[in-house]
Amino acid sequence: MPEVKILTRFTSAEAYPEQYRIERALENGYYEMARQAVTEMAPDDIIEMVKGSGLRGRGGAGAPCGMKWGFMPKAPTETRPNYLICNADESEPGTYSNREILENDPHQLIDGMIIAAFALRVRRMFIYCRGEFVLGADRVAGAIEEAYRKGFLGKNIFGTSFSTDLILHRGAGAYICGEETALMDSLEGKRGHPRSKPPFPANAGLYGMPTTINNVETLCNVPHLIRHGVEWFRAMGTEKSTGTKVLSVSGHVKRPRNYEIVMGTPIQELVYDLAGGIREDRELKAVIPGGSSMPMLPKDLALKTNLDFESLQQAGSALGSGGFMAFDETTDIVQVCEVIARFYKNESCGKCVPCRIGTDWVHKTIYRIVRGQGRMEDIELLRGICVNLAGERMMDSRSFCPLGDAAAWPIIWGGLKHFQHEFEYWIRHKKSPVGREVGVPAL
Amino acid sequence: MLSEQARQAIRIQMERYPDSRSALGQALYIAQDECGGWVPPEAVRDVAEQLGLEPADVQSTMSFYTMYHKTPVGKYIVEICHNIACAVNGSPALFQVMEEECHIHPGETSGDGLFTLKGVECLAGCGGACTLQLNGMYHFQVTPERLREILARCRAENGSASLYSATYVPERTGQG
Repeated sequence: MPEVKILTRFTSAEAYPEQYRIERALENGYYEMARQAVTEMAPDDIIEMVKGSGLRGRGGAGAPCGMKWGFMPKAPTETRPNYLICNADESEPGTYSNREILENDPHQLIDGMIIAAFALRVRRMFIYCRGEFVLGADRVAGAIEEAYRKGFLGKNIFGTSFSTDLILHRGAGAYICGEETALMDSLEGKRGHPRSKPPFPANAGLYGMPTTINNVETLCNVPHLIRHGVEWFRAMGTEKSTGTKVLSVSGHVKRPRNYEIVMGTPIQELVYDLAGGIREDRELKAVIPGGSSMPMLPKDLALKTNLDFESLQQAGSALGSGGFMAFDETTDIVQVCEVIARFYKNESCGKCVPCRIGTDWVHKTIYRIVRGQGRMEDIELLRGICVNLAGERMMDSRSFCPLGDAAAWPIIWGGLKHFQHEFEYWIRHKKSPVGREVGVPAL
Repeated sequence: MLSEQARQAIRIQMERYPDSRSALGQALYIAQDECGGWVPPEAVRDVAEQLGLEPADVQSTMSFYTMYHKTPVGKYIVEICHNIACAVNGSPALFQVMEEECHIHPGETSGDGLFTLKGVECLAGCGGACTLQLNGMYHFQVTPERLREILARCRAENGSASLYSATYVPERTGQG
């Protein structure tokens, strides 16, 4: 299956350097669907379309978007309003598709948000933009201002009685704020600590009000769904993974960039046909299919697996955020695991004990191994820590929020599951099986 | 400590939200921009007073986020990604360049006050690894040679011309 260009049609800054300006966006038919939705459709019809499409959240968890929307109150009041938040806190290592949309094609997102706000009876919506996205925030701020000037945002949108405001909020550097409840705390001006669920955001979210949080890519799907219809959407992908997914390809491929593919495209095609294969025509060793939280798959398993929610789950990993990293044969998997472990240690918010302590111990143990001081029993120690963090099986969480799972999965269900022999090699020989020396900071 | 202009900017931010506390993050950015890239204790007090919060509350929130600096920084903040995609494409060598050229490790500022180095997590620039941000502006495909060029250019302009401040707050608030 070739690359498709639906969400990514105008996201290339090289091909469309001024797509972030509203004139270009209007020439390309943006806001027609928002106008049609607001002037001709009933809110519940839009929710039904999203339900019927099978659209699943693109940010990582893959929750059915229509179901989330369906939980929102139908008759919000002045004192108990509905809120919509776009989660643009893209921080999952390996993922950079949202940033490209925010920087180069922000009107696509605003178009989708207007439709979502109308469907969900939202008078005030927010974009929580990752702090590091300085250019992205600038472009989004400019796009919001342009949309206000055209009357697409604010009072009496498209001449109807529907009014909605859009507020851009910048984060300030914290991975955990991509978790929806931590994001809401952060937006309220607090430390970004996750909240317990239930109550779910649709009941008690931002400022305690009913709230829907959707990822950038999820919301960008909405105008296309309205334009082309449910059948068109469902015709792409598999039964349970409909539509397209933008995969951020990086690592050792020849042509790393964002590729939009139909759900169900084989990993083989993504790596070898689209991304041009592995640099210097080396052998592929492993891939991380969905951001650093998701377990890596060794070559043989990866090349038998397709890129959709079910196939990747079957293979023992997940589609996650679509951050796809490919590693060639010279890659030291144990050092990759060390980098992953360090990341989760740094980003644990500290609220719950299993995660605060566990992530530190996962990192300490792997760090010891790659410093040439590992002991054979460290492998079982590592497994034990991971189980205490995230349970015996995937989705058997023991931490307060999914960060604990995200820290444990890539180690226990990725590195140790498929490459335990490399950990053992490091411990036995005090050096890497691909010829790296102790303490040489190279991968 | 904060100027009237900064206070006014914070007031505008406070009005954007249903609850003014939500403006705390933006207020700290404004304070940081005004105070040369970090937020001194006096600025924390001013922000707290303006938002009707305790200084300790503001300090506690601020300390959670990596983009607010609690100590003085250099004119150029060099943020090099040390996460997977950059690490497997050679970012450790970039840290060595910083050590050789500026004698600094992550978290340190060079003796001439020009550079602060931060080792940061994935900047969402993996397709262009190695990725770094210089005062908030992306540089992709950074090799040791290119990093040396970037540092030389910074030395030549000595902080006079950078596109974005690392703590840049969009002037446009995006609300009607």
